[in-house]
Amino acid sequence: MRFLLTDEQREFGRSLDALLTAADTPAVLRAWAAGDHGPGRALWGRLADAGVFALAVPEAYGGVGPLPVEAAVACVELGRHAVPGPVAETLAAGVLLAGAGGPVAEEWLPGIASGAAVVSLTLEGYGPYAPDADAADAVFTVSGDELRLAPDPGEPSASADPARRLFRPEPGGAPVAKGPAIRAAVRAAGDWAAFATAALALGCGEELLRATVAYVKQRTQFGVPVGSFQAVKHRLADTLLGLEFARPLLYGAAVELASEVSRPGAGAGSAEGSPGAGAGSAEGSPGAGAAVAAAKVTAGEAGYAAARTALQLHGAIGYTEELDLAWWLRRARPLRDAWGTPSACRARVLAG
Amino acid sequence: MDLEQTARTGALRAEARAWLREHVPARPLPSLETEEGFAAHREWEALLHSGRWSAVSWPEEYGGRGADLFGWLAFEEEYWAAGAPGRVSQNGISLLAPTLLAHGTAEQRARVLGPMASGEVVWAQAWSEPEAGSDLAALRSRAVRTEGGWLLSGQKTWSSRAAFADRAFGIFRTDPGAAKPHQGLTYLMFGLRDTGVTVRPIGRLDGKPAFAEIFLDEVFVPDEDVIGEPGQGWHIAMSATGDERGLTLRAPGRFLAAADRLRELWREAGDPADTALRDRVADAVIGARAYRLFTAVSAARFAAGATLGPESSLNKVFWSRYDIALHETALDLLGPDAEVADTAWGEGYVFALAGPIYAGTNEIQRDIIAERLLGLPKGRR
Repeated sequence: MRFLLTDEQREFGRSLDALLTAADTPAVLRAWAAGDHGPGRALWGRLADAGVFALAVPEAYGGVGPLPVEAAVACVELGRHAVPGPVAETLAAGVLLAGAGGPVAEEWLPGIASGAAVVSLTLEGYGPYAPDADAADAVFTVSGDELRLAPDPGEPSASADPARRLFRPEPGGAPVAKGPAIRAAVRAAGDWAAFATAALALGCGEELLRATVAYVKQRTQFGVPVGSFQAVKHRLADTLLGLEFARPLLYGAAVELASEVSRPGAGAGSAEGSPGAGAGSAEGSPGAGAAVAAAKVTAGEAGYAAARTALQLHGAIGYTEELDLAWWLRRARPLRDAWGTPSACRARVLAG
Repeated sequence: MDLEQTARTGALRAEARAWLREHVPARPLPSLETEEGFAAHREWEALLHSGRWSAVSWPEEYGGRGADLFGWLAFEEEYWAAGAPGRVSQNGISLLAPTLLAHGTAEQRARVLGPMASGEVVWAQAWSEPEAGSDLAALRSRAVRTEGGWLLSGQKTWSSRAAFADRAFGIFRTDPGAAKPHQGLTYLMFGLRDTGVTVRPIGRLDGKPAFAEIFLDEVFVPDEDVIGEPGQGWHIAMSATGDERGLTLRAPGRFLAAADRLRELWREAGDPADTALRDRVADAVIGARAYRLFTAVSAARFAAGATLGPESSLNKVFWSRYDIALHETALDLLGPDAEVADTAWGEGYVFALAGPIYAGTNEIQRDIIAERLLGLPKGRR
């Protein structure tokens, strides 16, 4: 057992961190929120060049995936830097279209891998919203065993996170694939969307904690840094605790997703009714769906708890949009709820 | 990154599973915090030892199997999944033994470890004192030099298992003139029935004598029972409490098994419409998995040469809080029957309540997390 990232995987994370630190993501976020997707698309292209969006796309379609561990590493960094756009949805679309196969896969997957195509989607069993459909080159919907390309995304609703816009794709649109493989592909894509969102939430929480620790060391009251007060320290300790116990669940889910790919006769196709703990999987293995759900609820709650801590410990200035912190504060709760609310995730865990 | 066990761990797991299936008592033993239960658990330790299962991580020459951390974790998963009894020898096996293996002499190891592994000698820890709890370095009990050894005087308290145990280990002040409180301390072992020792059992919240006060009046300890150099007791003890908080005090297997039992209870007794309770059952299942995986990371880092530092404080706060939440959920599922005393869930609940207090209170652990992991400034506690 070596439940640790390899040096290469760590280096991949560090290189993305460096890329995003240099990219001034708060400026990209402000532009994206104002409806200017140009800087965001440019950043998207650079992330694709670094290999991020190829991680969910199979080699046959120009990708390198599926590589869930690397995808988790990448999404934690993207979450830490609050990269705008339908990141989880585009990764999930890679899995969905790879499962569907055929012309629609040929048409879209190479573009997803290269960064040329930004994709949003909705899946049955999750919320009705396709985020950032206005910035997407394609929006996919599914009904039953039919995969469709949505027509015009329609008018958006504003999101609690001003860097997201919510669209409800109209029913209908052109069917682009059909058959039993679609149902299995939808399950796998839903797991990937939840998994990527969990990683984004963890990264979001990490940044909120980092910024808050820096703030309480520098902010003084009663002549001392407020970070020397035990009430402040203990709240931050609990916040770290939540994040640090979410992280192994995230990577545990990555290992489960990877083993579903490598297990002969398993994969998305046999996910239905699979209780996990099957032959060939690690001892005590819960199966990918339940493992992803455990990671999603825990990372989502930990990221949101970090936001509550950050808000409280920044005091009044945290309750404004004066600080860049606000982008992360407003994102934590949508990430907690997207692609599996805490309640839905807990039910999924108990279903086995 | 993987969670696959090696062939060696798999073989150990399979052998343990087969042995436990054959030997675990069909009916639970009486509470180990009673005289009758203590004796029954001591017999169980002897049986475990006869199968060479009482201390799998020890070297083979002392009755262990030389299992690495992964082997130990696998054994613990099998042990608790089999519904095997609590470990009356845990303090000795997980605290004193690693100390002896790291700091003791060959003679001490040869003399102490065998009877510890068989349950013939059960050890209690003598750390805390009335005025030295979280501030352990404030301890006052003294060991004064005499011919061939030391004379212990003072008072220890909250000594788990001491009501029925045979011997104890702890640290004592040997140089009252030392410049700092954690200097001039010495780690040593003594008999609980030695001349000058008085043990007063303390009833815990449910009345069972789970711990005791130990009064010491010029108790003679020969030099052969001093561990490491005199004056180095703090350093030696801290290496032991690091292990305690880190990995070996609460194996994930214990919580995986408890969460499985809770899930069963939910299936039998849960109201499907009560989603609030359902969510807490799910959280127990998730928490057991999180703790298992967190431990897998620590074990992998340890195997790669890292030492367990202040991260062990995260571990301690997590499991102690988790254990209470799990048992409260079970009691809520039991409804009116939760009030019945001495049930497995009820006893587990009382045991869990102590978790945030002992082995370094959770308040101290949070200070450590904040100061050493987050780099926050020290302040008045």
